[in-house]
Amino acid sequence: MPKSSLKQTLKDLETKKISIRELNQDYLKRIKEKENLNVFIHFNEENVLKQIDNLEKDNSAKKLKGIPIAIKDLFCTKSMPTTAASKILENFNPTYESFVTQKLLDEGSIFVGKTNLDEFAMGSATSTSFFGNTINPLSKDNEPLAPGGSSGGSAAAVAADLCLGATGTDTGGSIRQPASFCGVVGIKPTYGLCSRWGIAAFASSLDQAGIFSHNVEDASILLQSIAGFDQRDSTSAKVDIPNYFENLDVDLNGKTVGIPKEYSIDGTPMEISQIWEDAIKVLEKKGVKIKNISLPHTKYALPTYYIIAPAEASSNLARYDGVKYGFRSNEIDSLDEMYENTRAQGFGREVKRRILIGTYVLSAGYYDAYYLKAQKVRKLIADDFNKAFKECDFIVTPTAPSAAFPLNEKQNDPIKMYLNDVFTVPASLAGLPGISIPFGEDKNNLPLGIQILGKHFDEQQVFNAALSLERSYE
Amino acid sequence: MKIDKNTINKIARLSRIKLDDKESEDYIKDLNSILDWVEQLNEVNTENIEPLSNISSSILPTREDVSKDANSSDEILENAPDKLEGFFAVPKVVE
Repeated sequence: MPKSSLKQTLKDLETKKISIRELNQDYLKRIKEKENLNVFIHFNEENVLKQIDNLEKDNSAKKLKGIPIAIKDLFCTKSMPTTAASKILENFNPTYESFVTQKLLDEGSIFVGKTNLDEFAMGSATSTSFFGNTINPLSKDNEPLAPGGSSGGSAAAVAADLCLGATGTDTGGSIRQPASFCGVVGIKPTYGLCSRWGIAAFASSLDQAGIFSHNVEDASILLQSIAGFDQRDSTSAKVDIPNYFENLDVDLNGKTVGIPKEYSIDGTPMEISQIWEDAIKVLEKKGVKIKNISLPHTKYALPTYYIIAPAEASSNLARYDGVKYGFRSNEIDSLDEMYENTRAQGFGREVKRRILIGTYVLSAGYYDAYYLKAQKVRKLIADDFNKAFKECDFIVTPTAPSAAFPLNEKQNDPIKMYLNDVFTVPASLAGLPGISIPFGEDKNNLPLGIQILGKHFDEQQVFNAALSLERSYE
Repeated sequence: MKIDKNTINKIARLSRIKLDDKESEDYIKDLNSILDWVEQLNEVNTENIEPLSNISSSILPTREDVSKDANSSDEILENAPDKLEGFFAVPKVVE
C-alpha cells in the first residue's frame, strides 16, 4: 500500500473521506504489527484512543487535527513518560509539556508514542539506548540494519509508516543521518528557530528540534507548526516564521548552488559520490548555476564538535544526581556515594565516556587548550560558511558517508563511530538549517541521502531546493 | 599518554561517577585515543580569533526582570526518589 502523505490526509479528513478514528486505527494496527522493530519506548493504545475521543468532542478547526505524530523520547510530555532512553530517567513523568510538543497539541495532532533514541541523543545508530536497538524497517530478514541515530526511532517510525510525521532533535546530525539511513525526509532548522524548552539538554549551543516526514511538502507543513519564539529559551530567535508550504517554489532558475570540495573525502563509497554528482546534474538542468566553493576548516569540524558537545553535556548532565527526579541507586551510605553510584548505574557507557571527556576538557589547566581552542576553531568553521554563502544560495552535499550499516557491526572504536557525522557536523557548528532527502540507492537497494544547507533562517530556500530535487528523483 | 590512572580517577571523582578497575582501564584507552585525535586542532592558527559560544544570528531579546511565583513545589517534588515534608530527602550528611 502506498504511504499516504500528510498533505493528502489533511484533505481526506477535510472532505470526510476518512474519520480521525479510522485514520488513527489504521496507524495503531501497523504499530502493533511492527512491534519487533522496537521503534517506541512508550506506546499505550488506550492513551491514543483517549486522544481520539477528546478530539472527536472538539469542534474547533485545527491545522493538524487528528494527525498521528511520533515524538522522540527526549521531548518532555505530560501525557507520557520521558526517558531520554536512559535508565537514569526510567521513571520520569514530566509535569510540564515541551514547547514543541505543546505547539503540536495545540494544533490538534495525536501523539502515537515516544520513540527510541541513543541515550541522551549520544550516538549514531540508536544503539546506546537503555531500551535496546531500534531496527531499520528497510532491513532484510537475515540482517537487521541500524536506523541511524540519535533520532533512529523517529526516522524508523516514519519509514515504517507508523505516523505521518515525527519530531527529532539534531545536535551533530541526529535528524539528517537517520533520515538518510531510513529513506525519509529530515530537517534540522536554524539554531534557535524552535525553542529548546522541555527538551532534555545534550549540548545546548548545538541542540535543535526538527521534523521527519514522508516528503518535503509534509516537512514544510510540520516545521512551521513547531517553530516560533519562546521566552523560556534564552537562545530562541525572534524571527517571523513564513508559511513554508504556501511559499514552496520549485523554480530554481538563476539560483546558485555551492559544491564544497572538502566534502570529497577519501574512502567515500563510489555510489555516494555518484548520487552527489547526479543531484548536481539535476540542478544544472533546472538552470541552477554550479559554484565550486571551499570550506577550508571542514576537516576540523569533527574534533571541534567532540570537544564542545561533551563539554556541554558534562555540564548539562550534572543535574542527574538521584535527588530531584529519576533513578537513585540503593547503595547510599553517604551523599557522595549516592551521587557516584546513581550516576555509575544510571548512565550507559557512551554517556559516561562523554561526561568524562567533557569534564576533562573543562577542568582546570585544560580549558584553554581544549574548550577555548575548539570554540575558536568553531568560529573559523562558521566564517567559512558565511564567506561561501556570499557566492551561493544553498549548498548540496551527501548526508552520510555510508548507507545503513548492520546492527551487529562492532562499534568499539569511538572515533570510527563519530565519523558517521562527518557531513552533518559542520553545519551544526555553524547553526545552519539542513535537510536530508532520499536520493538514489546503493548496490543493496538501500537509500542514500542528499543534504541541502541554507543560510541562517532561510529554511524556505532549503525546502525549495529539496522539493525540486525530490520531484526530479521520484 | 595524557590520561593515566590518577587522572581518570580525578575526572571520575569530579564527574561523580564511580568506576570499577575494568571501566577505568577502558576509559583510559578511549579518552587517550580521543584526545590524540582532537590534537589536530593545534594545526589551526587561532591567533586573534574570538571564541564562538553563541551561534545565533538573530537578536536575542531580554525579558522583563520580574519575578513569578508559580507555587509549584508539589509538582516539582512529584518525581523525587525520596521526599520529606515538602523537601527533597537525601542520605544524612551531618553525624
